[in-house]
Amino acid sequence: MENITPFTWRRLKNRYNLVGKKCTNCSSVFFSPRMICSYCNPPMETTDFKFSGNGEVVSYSLVNVPPEEHSALAPYVIAIIKLKEGAKLTAQIVDCNEKDVRIGMPVEAIFRKITEDSTGLISYGFKFRPLLNGKN
Amino acid sequence: MRHVAVVGYGLSKFGERWEAGLKELVSEASVAAINNSGVEPKQIQCLFTGSMSSGRFANQEHLGALVADQLGMTPIPSVRVEAACASGGVAVRQAYLSLASGAYDLALVVGVEKMTDVHIGQATTTLGTAGDYEWEVFHGATFPALYAMMAKRHMHDFGTKEEQMAMVSVKNHSNGSKNKFAQFQNQITVDAVLNSSVVASPLKLLDCSPITDGAAAIVLASENLARKITDAPVWIAGSAQASDTLALHDRDSLTSLKATRVAAENACKQANVKLSEIKVAEVHDCFSIAEILAMEDLGFFNKGYGGKAVEEGETQLNSKVSINTSGGLKACGHPVGATGVKQIVELAMQLRNEAGARQVSNVDVGLAHNVGGSGATAVVHILRR
Amino acid sequence: MGNTVGIVGYGAYIPPYRIKVEEIAKVWNKDPEQIKRGLDIEEKSVPSLDEDTITISVEAARNAVYHAGVDAREIEAIFAGSESHPYAVKPTAVVVGEAIGGTVNSTAADTEFACKAGTVAVQMCMGMVKSRMIKYGLAIGADTSQSMPGDALEFTASAGGAAFIIGRDNMVAEIEDTYSFTTDTADFWRRNLHEFPRHGARFTGEPAYFKHVISAARGLFSKTGRSAGYFDYAVFHQPNGKFPVKAAKDLGIPVEKLRQGMLVGKLGNTYSGASMLGLASVLDVAKAGERILVVSYGSGAGSDAFSIKVLHDIEKKRDRIIPVKNYLDRKFYIDYATYARHMGKLKVVS
Repeated sequence: MENITPFTWRRLKNRYNLVGKKCTNCSSVFFSPRMICSYCNPPMETTDFKFSGNGEVVSYSLVNVPPEEHSALAPYVIAIIKLKEGAKLTAQIVDCNEKDVRIGMPVEAIFRKITEDSTGLISYGFKFRPLLNGKN
Repeated sequence: MRHVAVVGYGLSKFGERWEAGLKELVSEASVAAINNSGVEPKQIQCLFTGSMSSGRFANQEHLGALVADQLGMTPIPSVRVEAACASGGVAVRQAYLSLASGAYDLALVVGVEKMTDVHIGQATTTLGTAGDYEWEVFHGATFPALYAMMAKRHMHDFGTKEEQMAMVSVKNHSNGSKNKFAQFQNQITVDAVLNSSVVASPLKLLDCSPITDGAAAIVLASENLARKITDAPVWIAGSAQASDTLALHDRDSLTSLKATRVAAENACKQANVKLSEIKVAEVHDCFSIAEILAMEDLGFFNKGYGGKAVEEGETQLNSKVSINTSGGLKACGHPVGATGVKQIVELAMQLRNEAGARQVSNVDVGLAHNVGGSGATAVVHILRR
Repeated sequence: MGNTVGIVGYGAYIPPYRIKVEEIAKVWNKDPEQIKRGLDIEEKSVPSLDEDTITISVEAARNAVYHAGVDAREIEAIFAGSESHPYAVKPTAVVVGEAIGGTVNSTAADTEFACKAGTVAVQMCMGMVKSRMIKYGLAIGADTSQSMPGDALEFTASAGGAAFIIGRDNMVAEIEDTYSFTTDTADFWRRNLHEFPRHGARFTGEPAYFKHVISAARGLFSKTGRSAGYFDYAVFHQPNGKFPVKAAKDLGIPVEKLRQGMLVGKLGNTYSGASMLGLASVLDVAKAGERILVVSYGSGAGSDAFSIKVLHDIEKKRDRIIPVKNYLDRKFYIDYATYARHMGKLKVVS
């Protein structure tokens, strides 16, 4: 996409600060934000919930053929990470080699460049690395 | 609901079709299907077109209108159906429902995708839109990467081996070499798969279905009309569709597609058929691991035993269940929107005994399984002669 | 108590990659041993492809907030100093503000003064805190400095940053005073749309670094009525391992007092991050009552000198410090080709 300003801005706090959603009724947590709980009947509203950034690797893969927007960084490790609080998300794992990653490995969220559009606008957000400071 | 049957089918050649655009591909397959059925074009009452992303691949939306126009069938109603890689299968289902409901009697369904006009980077991004763009693709997950993560987890949980996944591709190429419409006519070996370049570990180039141009079409008729048109109608005995979370990370499991399980269960119930009766199946092998998952989720094999079953040859031509006799998505090719319709074409050929060197013997019932994205949509059809 | 102001918390960040002097030297057919002896440097840090001054500033700032134990929403001013801000227009400071969970009720801006952009930010925060305009201010010095291929600076220009929360409550160290010495001296500069800086070679010594650093230190001594002997640690801007040693000697400061704050040997020159990372390294070990002299230097030119006294309360938050060592010791070595790719030095020539 050429100009992704509103698209990237809309999810700033989600990407920067790992803010997801929590159901106001049943306490289920979701990382990818959704307006209503997937489980409650009748539909119940969700509210902002900040995740700590600690999690573990559920699965991962070294991506050699990237989508255009990520071609500068390839190859990189992509992973599905289960956050300590229960929800899962998809993110890159950096600052290590693929062979160092394993299913179950504890990881922590960090702040990195995700992508840049053709106007030069940079989208920042979460990536993960093997536990370094473990302060959360 | 009335019964509906396939009364004609047609395919375009699948492959890198530089000289053919959307219009040529649609015409090639549709004309073949109409001729195969023997009906007159003006008898068709409605059109359904399955295509994932003609807008991003070929700068062309409004495919319903394009198809009606190209086939000289205006002013009949025509609609494009989209469900990512399940667009074809879901288009078939929408047509089926239109006829079963009594609204129409004769429909043409065409699935098409023109993928080679764009650069591979663009194609990769576009295919990624089958997933959650802002939470999967935006962060660097590609479609192969999503299935690669499923594979890695399956290997971790069940001991599935890369060699077993490779055997899926080998089998599909073996079948494809007997299919003149298939993109790849060559046989391959397990070593060739294991040595091919890594796309997203552990999936290698030959574990992945290719980028393909192609179209497939079928003519569907409601019960009374079907018997007048042909003495070999292929009945749609079961049709079911299910959904699941868009993003892979929101699923309950990385090693099982709930949408497949639900759709398969409902389709079998409607068709009143047991899995053991099904001797031929076209399943969604967008990646080799996807076929293993399908074997398990459809119920042909227990969860975790898919890899072993492939290794033991239980899905080869004329074994326990002949899977992907067309060559599957891997060898026949995967023009995204066309695949779901092509699967029906292959089953129709099998059930009419027209599959030549790929023919499964003594076959009465077949199953088609088409998946969208990493499993957010699954559609299953059961055909019976 | 009086109108005191000081450091409430601090944080650092150094990227994970390193390139050795030998790797760079072999590309340009230089003698690595001569370079290492001449500059007193072994290796330098290199940012990852997905790191920049903003990402470095964010991690340092987050560590500072964590250490300080304050609510980020009480930080009412953020100033980010660098000579490699990712944008010419759109400040690093606002991204940091968002990323630490800050408040809209704040002011923010980026500063530029070559390698002292960060210490200038500290002074700005000091002023706003002392005048009671704000409760806490965040000052950051960070860089992913660029150097021309083949130039001497290629051996030293590196990446890293540090962040300091300035306030008058909950301090771990008091900034007793500050003094700056500023002139118009062109020792090192970069025009707006030019990619690489230029410098005056030997001119960067006496008339530039030494004149300003020594003058600022002496000016601080004069202003506070203290002398060199007052301090237990000294942190100078460190473009290489030699300059700070000479400056210390000129000021009569024993070289042992430099040791804890001298990171350049294994880190390189992190430009706006340099003296601030040196200070962070000292605070990682300093005890209550100890005194630290910090003198930064920014080409163009100017020096900011600070007299800092470590407070008792540093022990209260000791377990929340994420030490510079954590990042310094974490490293992956890369070769020149990878380094060139990371620093965007590979261009398509058409």
